[in-house]
Amino acid sequence: MLLGGAALLIAVVIPLVAPDYLVPLLGKFLCFGIAALAMDLVWGYAGILSLGHGLFFALGGYGMGMYLMRVIAGEGVYRSNLPDFMVFLDWKQLPWYWHGFQSFPFAMVMSLVAPGVLALVFGWFMFRSRIRGVYLSIVTQALTYAATLFFFQNAAGFGGNNGLTDFKRILGASLHDPGTRKLLYVASAIALFGTYLLCRFVVTSRLGRVVTAVRDAELKTRFCGYESTNYKLFIWTLSAMLCALAGALYVPQVGIINPSEMQPSNSIEMAIWVAVGGRGTLGGAVLGAWLVNGGKSWLTAALPSAWLYALGALFVAVTLFLPDGLVGLGSKVGSKFRSKSLRPPT
Amino acid sequence: MSAIPVTPLEDDDRPTPISSAPIPAAARPELALWVENLSVTFDGFKALTEVTLTLEKGELRCLIGPNGAGKTTLMDCITGKTRPDSGAVYLESRMNDLTKLSECRIAELGIGRKFQRPTVFQGHTVYENCELALAGKKGVFRTLFARLSAAERTRIDEILELIGLQDHAKRQAGLLAHGQKQWLEIGMLLAQAPSVLLIDEPIAGMTHAETERTAELLRSLAGAHTVVVVEHDMEFVRSIARRVTVLHQGKVLAEGPMAQIQKDPRVVEVYLGV
Amino acid sequence: MSRWILTSVIVAVTGAALPRPAHAGPLDEAQGGRLEQALERAIDGLAASSDDKINESVNKLAVLGDPRAIPALDALCDDRLRLGTDGHAYVWDSKIRDIRDPVTGAVVGGAPRPLKEVEISNEVRRVALPILAQLKLGSPDAAVRLAAAQELSNGGSAEAPALLRGALGREHDAKVRGALTLAIARVDLGSADASARIAALEVVSKSGDDDFLSTLQQMLGQGSDGKPNEPDARVRAAAQRARDAVVSHQRVVGFVGDLLHGLSLASVLLFAALGLAVTFGLLGVINMAHGEMLMLGAYATYSVQTAMHGSRFYLPVAIPVAFLSTALVGVLLERTIIRHLYKRPLETLLATWGISLGLIQTVRLIFGAQNVSVANPDWLAGGLEIAHGLVLPWTRIAVVGFVIVVAAAVWFILQRTRFGLEVRAVTQNRSMAACIGISTKRVDALVFGLGSGIAGLGGVALSQLGNVGPELGQSYIIDSFMVVVLGGVGRLAGAVAAALGLGVVNKLIEPAAGAVAGKIAVLVFIILFIQRRPQGLFAIKGRVEA
Repeated sequence: MLLGGAALLIAVVIPLVAPDYLVPLLGKFLCFGIAALAMDLVWGYAGILSLGHGLFFALGGYGMGMYLMRVIAGEGVYRSNLPDFMVFLDWKQLPWYWHGFQSFPFAMVMSLVAPGVLALVFGWFMFRSRIRGVYLSIVTQALTYAATLFFFQNAAGFGGNNGLTDFKRILGASLHDPGTRKLLYVASAIALFGTYLLCRFVVTSRLGRVVTAVRDAELKTRFCGYESTNYKLFIWTLSAMLCALAGALYVPQVGIINPSEMQPSNSIEMAIWVAVGGRGTLGGAVLGAWLVNGGKSWLTAALPSAWLYALGALFVAVTLFLPDGLVGLGSKVGSKFRSKSLRPPT
Repeated sequence: MSAIPVTPLEDDDRPTPISSAPIPAAARPELALWVENLSVTFDGFKALTEVTLTLEKGELRCLIGPNGAGKTTLMDCITGKTRPDSGAVYLESRMNDLTKLSECRIAELGIGRKFQRPTVFQGHTVYENCELALAGKKGVFRTLFARLSAAERTRIDEILELIGLQDHAKRQAGLLAHGQKQWLEIGMLLAQAPSVLLIDEPIAGMTHAETERTAELLRSLAGAHTVVVVEHDMEFVRSIARRVTVLHQGKVLAEGPMAQIQKDPRVVEVYLGV
Repeated sequence: MSRWILTSVIVAVTGAALPRPAHAGPLDEAQGGRLEQALERAIDGLAASSDDKINESVNKLAVLGDPRAIPALDALCDDRLRLGTDGHAYVWDSKIRDIRDPVTGAVVGGAPRPLKEVEISNEVRRVALPILAQLKLGSPDAAVRLAAAQELSNGGSAEAPALLRGALGREHDAKVRGALTLAIARVDLGSADASARIAALEVVSKSGDDDFLSTLQQMLGQGSDGKPNEPDARVRAAAQRARDAVVSHQRVVGFVGDLLHGLSLASVLLFAALGLAVTFGLLGVINMAHGEMLMLGAYATYSVQTAMHGSRFYLPVAIPVAFLSTALVGVLLERTIIRHLYKRPLETLLATWGISLGLIQTVRLIFGAQNVSVANPDWLAGGLEIAHGLVLPWTRIAVVGFVIVVAAAVWFILQRTRFGLEVRAVTQNRSMAACIGISTKRVDALVFGLGSGIAGLGGVALSQLGNVGPELGQSYIIDSFMVVVLGGVGRLAGAVAAALGLGVVNKLIEPAAGAVAGKIAVLVFIILFIQRRPQGLFAIKGRVEA
């Protein structure tokens, strides 16, 4: 808790001292931290390896993107009330699902609720029929894949290949203004901290213990009287919504959302963040997200062709040698050190 | 296995034949569990055929039978893990058929089960294992805000003492020895406070002393609870059982007091094997 | 025996070398010689300087009726006829950039150059074209006659009906007869005689040929004055019937076409899924790099093709090379990485995903990020025409055949060999298998190698169907996992049934709702399906340990 508070303080102070170009990058990392927490909830605590969290992340992002598009209606290249891509497609009126997104609160609620409902319905079908383990992972990946194909279509009404971009303002503040970027950064930091607290509350509650129990011995929890399906559904939906929150905060900071954001590979990368940091520890998940993305930012700039090798090697190395992640390694080393120092002199 | 003296039986000595006729409604309140004409097939293999079984309240019943007799499948059907092809299971005076309910609903109604292999929540401490097993409402949002009451704490402490794990309360359950896990699972069953306990091979991997303690515990449980024990160890069965049901190839072969069962030539032939 | 071969070789060689008139009648030597001369003179006359002389030669050729004049006439109409300094006519072949002898087709070296281009007016062309068609209709080659019949029906010259009817009377080849009949019908649709039009419509309606659709629409339509284009009500009724017949025939053809495409998609899916059914089903290893094995197999094919300089027999070499190389990669992966993860399926998923990233990047560095194309050998070019407008490429047929052979081989290996017995033993009870002396490590590695090798074979098949790129495998991995999930793990028959079902359903939905909707529909179907049968199509039911 103390650590978290200190981290928050540092997080808020950083943009005041960091150069302007770094602020959106660091803000992005904070969003990845939220996504990592969401991933850790389902994978670390509930044992569900989701390969579909990239989808929830992107859906949240699209919700925000739709607001950002609507709020500049009439200011696009075509001076039309419709977003530019719709004018380009020769659409005459706004599709029904775009209505209301000019309102920020509505867009925010939808950013969370739409992915939440998708997760709820999908999860209900999956958990009800006792699909678990790698099967579940595969089906979540198929869902993500299908969604990616859907969003790639122009006819879907989300800008197709190019997605939504050329945003200008959020809540009246220019997105190109460094001050707005710093505010977005701070908002992300607060959201990350809030998410952390929420996750902490959930995993330390009895519900958290039931969820872990379901992960370890589902049938036994059912024989204890817990409807495991509901527990999984709860944690799965919560996680999807948190991931969507991360996506919604991410989009104004990077200025674009397109279907490549929901590609299956993105979801799997989220899993490796958590694996690197340490599954089943909240701090580890965030740490992992930062380390992997920091490495990615550095390596793709310094040695682009090596990045995929590095990522591939990371996947293999972590699963083979670091099953409990860095946090697990740290505590193992720590306990070894402690037991050495406590050993009575012979 | 010790040889069992086979003596020619008088007609009167034979165990009562099992009737598949429905038990009159008036008789039901006396019963704890009533299994009626249960049949299960797995890909053509008949795991259970028309099994009918009645348990009186507070009874301690042993279920025996050679491997593949259908003992575990019967337990699976009662606890909702396996859906039978036909037949029904009723609990006490309730008229709802258990075979239509989910595992957790059945557990909530008051049937507890211990698995053949000790199954505890490996990642949790012994104390948390008991906490999770505690009786009470088990909805998602209720557990999100649940806190242990003083009464519940006392209950857990009592149970831990009973199963001899009070010194291991903070230990991870996965790190316990095999026998300790068996005990923990029995403790969790007690925390669940079910009216019917189904216990699959409770003494596997236990020392002689532990076995005796288990027998004692099971005997003490009977009366307040209805207990069904599946066990291979005949010595143990003899030490606890009042009534024994013998399953063979998915059918009830015989039922009656242990002494009588031991004399039944059919049982001797298929199971006790002379 | 050897003498018989010798004789037949001589016969074949001499037979091929001698120029033979097509309608070899009972000609005596002298008469044959005179005719030869007349033919040559007439052909040379085609290169004459005045239109009149050319016309005269064309008519002479018409009288001679010798199909050997076809190349020369063809060249004349296409402006490919050249006059040599020796006064003879030659045919210019733009492909080899040289001239050929108009009759024998032999390349003429030491040319009588400079060559003069023969230019003709449209007047001459109008005379020459029907005669060319007539000659072609009399050609000994059925394909030439077929093309001529189709050409004539579109050309719509005044002589066409008579020519076609005459040719129909002489024709024996069923296919050409059909084409001739249709060609006559097409001409007759424009006839002034209503009963001729009705008869033609009957023919059209029987054929179901969609080439007539626009004509039929036109007949059924109205002019700008509101009057129907076709004045006769009986003809209109016949046209209506014909159009209905054509439309319904097209629907059937379209359906069969979709079905066949679905079948070929199914066979590709099955290739990917067969390997998975082995590694996932038997070892329980979820190999996300499985798609990359397909990709490696395809690149192995590409490499073999390049190494053999595109020899037409590179495929028979590529098949074992692709199998062995991917199997080797598979065994290496299993020994170094996957065997440490047998008890942790989710981690295996991540690790193998990492491996797939490495493999993709390696291939990118070696072969480049661009797609490469593997040429089909000439013996797989073309296709089988199943119905009018429906051609099934030989490559796809070959892939379907190939997958059947491979599936049968896998079944045989698993069910009928000692190795298969060991594999099944290890699958069912690992420790017991180890106890009776089966080297489970060896079995694991070989099974993984087998699964990867099958994927490699799938890569060979894929290379024949489209371009090969580093991301090739990524697009198949999800579909093939769906096949395995749907089919039930470890069930070969399930994989086959599921691949068939998914492939065909996908292709049947596609034309109606689009490719993406097809994919989504299949996914939804699978999700709903596993509600009813979580274990897949061919599940092993039984008591499961807690």
